[in-house]
Amino acid sequence: MKPFSYAKADSPEAAIREVNTEHTRFIAGGTNLLDLMKLQVETPDKLVDISRLPLDEIEEREDGGLTIGALVPNSDLAADRRIIERYETLSRALLAGASGQLRNKASTGGNLLQRTRCYYFYDTASPCNKREPGTGCSAFGGLNRILAVIGTSEHCIATHPSDMAVAMRALDATIITLKRDGDKRRISIHDFYCLPGDTPHIENVLEPGELITHIELPAPVEGARQFYRKVRDRASYAFALVSIAGVVKVEDGRISHAALAFGGLAHMPWRNPDVEAALVGKAPTRDAFEAAADALLDGARGFGDNDFKIPLARRTLLATLRDVTGE
Amino acid sequence: MFGLGDKNSSNSLVMNTAHPDSLLDKGAQDVIGKPISRIDGPLKVSGHAAYAAEYGLANVAYGFLVGSTVGKGKITELHAEVAREVPGVIDVVVDYKTFLRNSQQGGEKKAPTQGVENVDYVGEPVAIVIAETYEAARDAAERVRLAVEYQEQEGRYSFNAYREEAKKPPYNNIPSHYDQGDVEKALAEAPVTLDRTYTTPSQNSAAMEPHASIASWDDDGRLTLYASLQMLSSDRQQLADALGLKLDKVRLVARYVGGGFGSKLGIAPESVAAAIAAKKLGRPVKVVMARQQVFEATVRRSNTEQRIRLGANADGTLTAIAHETICSNLPGEGYFEPAGQSTHFMYGGKNRLITHDLVELDWMLSGSMRAPGEAVGMLALETAMDELAETLGMDPIELRRRNDPDKDPEKNVPYSSRMLTQCMDKGAELFGWSERREALGDRRGDWFHGIGMAGAGRSNILMKSAAKVTVDGQGHAIVETDMTDIGTGTYTILAQIAAEMLGLPIEDVTVHLGDTDAPPGAGSGGSWGATSSGSSVYLACEALQKQIADKMGVEVGAMTLKDGRVIAENRSVPLAELVGDGINATGQVAPGLQAKLTTQASYGAHFAEVAVNAITGETRVVRMLGVFAAGRILNEKTARSQCLGGMTFGIGAALTEEVVHDPRNGKVVNHDLAEYHVPVNADVPALEVHFLDERDVHANPIHAKGIGELGICGAGAAIANAINNAVGVRMRDYPLTLDKLLDQLPPV
Amino acid sequence: MHWTINGQRYEAEPDIRTTLLDLAREHLGLTGSKKGCDHGQCGSCTMLVNGRRINSCLSLAVMHQDDEITTIEGLGQPDNLHPMQAAFVSHDGYQCGYCTPGQICSAVGMLDEVKKGFPSWVSDDLSSPSLNDQEIGERMSGNLCRCAAYPNIVDAIAEVAGLSEDQRQTSQKVSG
Repeated sequence: MKPFSYAKADSPEAAIREVNTEHTRFIAGGTNLLDLMKLQVETPDKLVDISRLPLDEIEEREDGGLTIGALVPNSDLAADRRIIERYETLSRALLAGASGQLRNKASTGGNLLQRTRCYYFYDTASPCNKREPGTGCSAFGGLNRILAVIGTSEHCIATHPSDMAVAMRALDATIITLKRDGDKRRISIHDFYCLPGDTPHIENVLEPGELITHIELPAPVEGARQFYRKVRDRASYAFALVSIAGVVKVEDGRISHAALAFGGLAHMPWRNPDVEAALVGKAPTRDAFEAAADALLDGARGFGDNDFKIPLARRTLLATLRDVTGE
Repeated sequence: MFGLGDKNSSNSLVMNTAHPDSLLDKGAQDVIGKPISRIDGPLKVSGHAAYAAEYGLANVAYGFLVGSTVGKGKITELHAEVAREVPGVIDVVVDYKTFLRNSQQGGEKKAPTQGVENVDYVGEPVAIVIAETYEAARDAAERVRLAVEYQEQEGRYSFNAYREEAKKPPYNNIPSHYDQGDVEKALAEAPVTLDRTYTTPSQNSAAMEPHASIASWDDDGRLTLYASLQMLSSDRQQLADALGLKLDKVRLVARYVGGGFGSKLGIAPESVAAAIAAKKLGRPVKVVMARQQVFEATVRRSNTEQRIRLGANADGTLTAIAHETICSNLPGEGYFEPAGQSTHFMYGGKNRLITHDLVELDWMLSGSMRAPGEAVGMLALETAMDELAETLGMDPIELRRRNDPDKDPEKNVPYSSRMLTQCMDKGAELFGWSERREALGDRRGDWFHGIGMAGAGRSNILMKSAAKVTVDGQGHAIVETDMTDIGTGTYTILAQIAAEMLGLPIEDVTVHLGDTDAPPGAGSGGSWGATSSGSSVYLACEALQKQIADKMGVEVGAMTLKDGRVIAENRSVPLAELVGDGINATGQVAPGLQAKLTTQASYGAHFAEVAVNAITGETRVVRMLGVFAAGRILNEKTARSQCLGGMTFGIGAALTEEVVHDPRNGKVVNHDLAEYHVPVNADVPALEVHFLDERDVHANPIHAKGIGELGICGAGAAIANAINNAVGVRMRDYPLTLDKLLDQLPPV
Repeated sequence: MHWTINGQRYEAEPDIRTTLLDLAREHLGLTGSKKGCDHGQCGSCTMLVNGRRINSCLSLAVMHQDDEITTIEGLGQPDNLHPMQAAFVSHDGYQCGYCTPGQICSAVGMLDEVKKGFPSWVSDDLSSPSLNDQEIGERMSGNLCRCAAYPNIVDAIAEVAGLSEDQRQTSQKVSG
């Protein structure tokens, strides 16, 4: 860990004001940031402690949705009655992630900002375009079992590790921020993350010093079923190989609503409108499910060790849709 | 030899003949074998047991190792200056000649390979940064790590690319090659044959306490190293040799060791680095390896490729066993993974071929990890037996029963004791083996259930070991030896042995372990700790019994020791009163002819039920049961825990554990506990452990055999066999992760 | 800087980079909390901060000056053990003992989470989870034990939680 200066903020506005060095970072739970700082993958010159900001409430919205403070710990969010009743996929996704200790510490905003996962990104002695643009990607020709098969580029095939963010995508969350100039900004989660392309070091659209203050969830789809399916190597405490968060509704024998997001497959929590288009308006049949899987995996590409993710994603999606649309 | 005084004060035994009567069966205290809670428990659960890095030495400086970033090369420029500019850094200590290239193997008396200017694997510690704080040392070490310049050389980083260059290594506990009869002919003539190749990956012991040392020199040039090690007597010799010191100038202290599983049998690179730095600075230096460094720069279990060929008659009787194995190690390291070790004695069959070949690779050192040999060898052998049973259409237990020989099939000597078939039968009954169905025959929702079994066998070894036992003026016994307790329960079972022998409540026995100032014990490894060290305590106490009898003026046999009193001839005298200022004796046991005249091993049988997801191939162990026969069980509670631990290692080996080496530089890519998957609590169901009553009079005077590694032997194979029973798929490339199963599952 | 640990006030001036774990171990002589991985991957460092279990290795000491911190030393002493510590001894819920302080702090924090109604990944009904062996196993999976005392750890926790044999076996299922 490199030395840094430290400041503690007592309001979001004060936090923004403390952003006054080249590499200031906010720290809340710190579960990913300190992990990476110890390895010198992250080397901020200043940390602004936002852990005590009054952003730890979950509030009702007029439309029947909820506004979640960015500092609500993952475990509190998962256990919140309103989340359990309206957004079961979110609660289950949170509970599928990390460990009890980490969920107690990790914040909602921080979870969205987890850095992507890759063995080589984590090792400063290995070339990595994400850590040091232009140095190359070691995952090609190296170990890539946990890495992405969708939306990859020749520069980076890292995966986003979050479970929570996958559910947030299925739920059409909106991220509320405070920018350095004091303006508020609303960012749909669908616009929040970036694909690696030729700038894999850029993982989201936040500007320097921009602070996530809240996450909004729109009212839940009434009568829909929600689920989170996670496939992993251990029974617990392991990153997803493939995960699916979903909100699916069947009316009069036809799928009337489908929102499906995927973890473990891409550089970001993945959602593809074509997958849902293949389902909505159709009877919940094998053919429809296959069409959805085809849409999901169109263009998917494995890199050796992770080839299995493609059939795994297909099989998991088929079975999950079968279960969720069945009686 | 330990400052022994009168003739009663020492008692040595070389196991040349059987030892039919154990005084432990005559004790009146009735504590031996009992499930007594660990006597070191309260210290451990309250955080007061001090592990290596937790000795509060004054003025300690912090060291952080610098590992190489290339797989093969020569250092051309180290750039220590990038560390020296970091505030708080005291020094960068470089000693290319003396630093250890790698850890030492267990039991060796010499230093491991030294010299780090030419690096042989990624992560090889080439320097150490010393700072006033841990934070500064870690920061500076990372800066140096990235600054070191190397002249890179071509390395060998792929096992498959170099497997053809495998060579026969020298003898190492077992012969590397063994040939009996004519295997090829027997296979050609056998009505039923099997020819399968199994592979197992590199594995890491992943003890929860990282390797750590605090080095401190006194004014007389004597080094004390507080360390996390398993075998202090030989570790001390290794360290003295590495530093060019006389043995009496080195003291090792390891009172509590946070697990070892083989990885701490020999000294590791941080020990010498700490010692050299402390000497140079004139102050104590503490070095704790980061978890990533434990993965990269201590020791791995070698990967193996194992071809097994079996020939059998139609009734299942084996006529031929061929078990040909290849493993890997660093150049110049003779250690090979003895994967065929238990194949020598598990099953009958006249024609036998068991070989071990070694491929030199520029990967980190390979060496012993829990049950070296059997742990991976039985993944192959016990799966092959299951496959043969399937081929024969025979129950796998019946196949093993028919090949359970009445004497060693190679040495023509009797087994010292062997209850393999009894373990299988008992396990079958307790587990409900008769309910086993055909493959794919038990689907519950999306989960296929299946059950499998495997035999277990682990060589029993007696090692030279000494202990001193004192009865002080208060009638309190003190046991002293440099033996270690790495979680194995040594503190407790040594106290039980002394308590039983001396007729004392367990509370009146204190055990001091882990300090080379005490008599040299066997150390913890190879499942020999309890039996060897326990025998030395037994022998010391036997000598004390004679001293007590003398003081009582009676024959030993006429005396009863119980609850701190000596009872004989209608007299009952407090032990404290009888011993005056105190008495002491030293016991020493050593292996003898019995090791050649009998084949000694512990045996068991594993049963597992798994659920395999029909969609994804996720495998969960639903229940598991082991029946074990390991001679006298010294403490039913701690022995059970040893078996639970072994069985769980089996779950990991079968399903999740794999060290992955980068094909481009040999680096351990998944070098942390997030990506190297040891089983978590949710992976492990309630495990059942049963012991069969057994005594082994050929093994040692306490009639016990090793149990620390028995639980892992065959455990993973039972799971693999259960997976086959669940989904009808035989995977032979461990670990059996879902990606290897997916394309063989039925369509969704 | 200052901290309140186990009800006692401590003062020290460590490097700003010092974690709560290293503060305790290297500066305050509280070596009960263990370092197994330093990256939140093993749970050996678990402490209770304001009653909640966290990985102290992923916590900066400077950020916890106003918190009530409990380490294993604060739960009980060798001659006056906390019920969870005593249960770990009697059920042999450890072997080498290195992960044990973290396991015990985690178990104490976990039972409190159950009381507050926190669900887990294996809870059928997220709104009213009830403890059984499988729930304990899942909730304790952030604490690795390489000696693999897991079944004994579950026994110890079930005893402290006062679970009957029936409760322990209720609604166990194979879980993906």
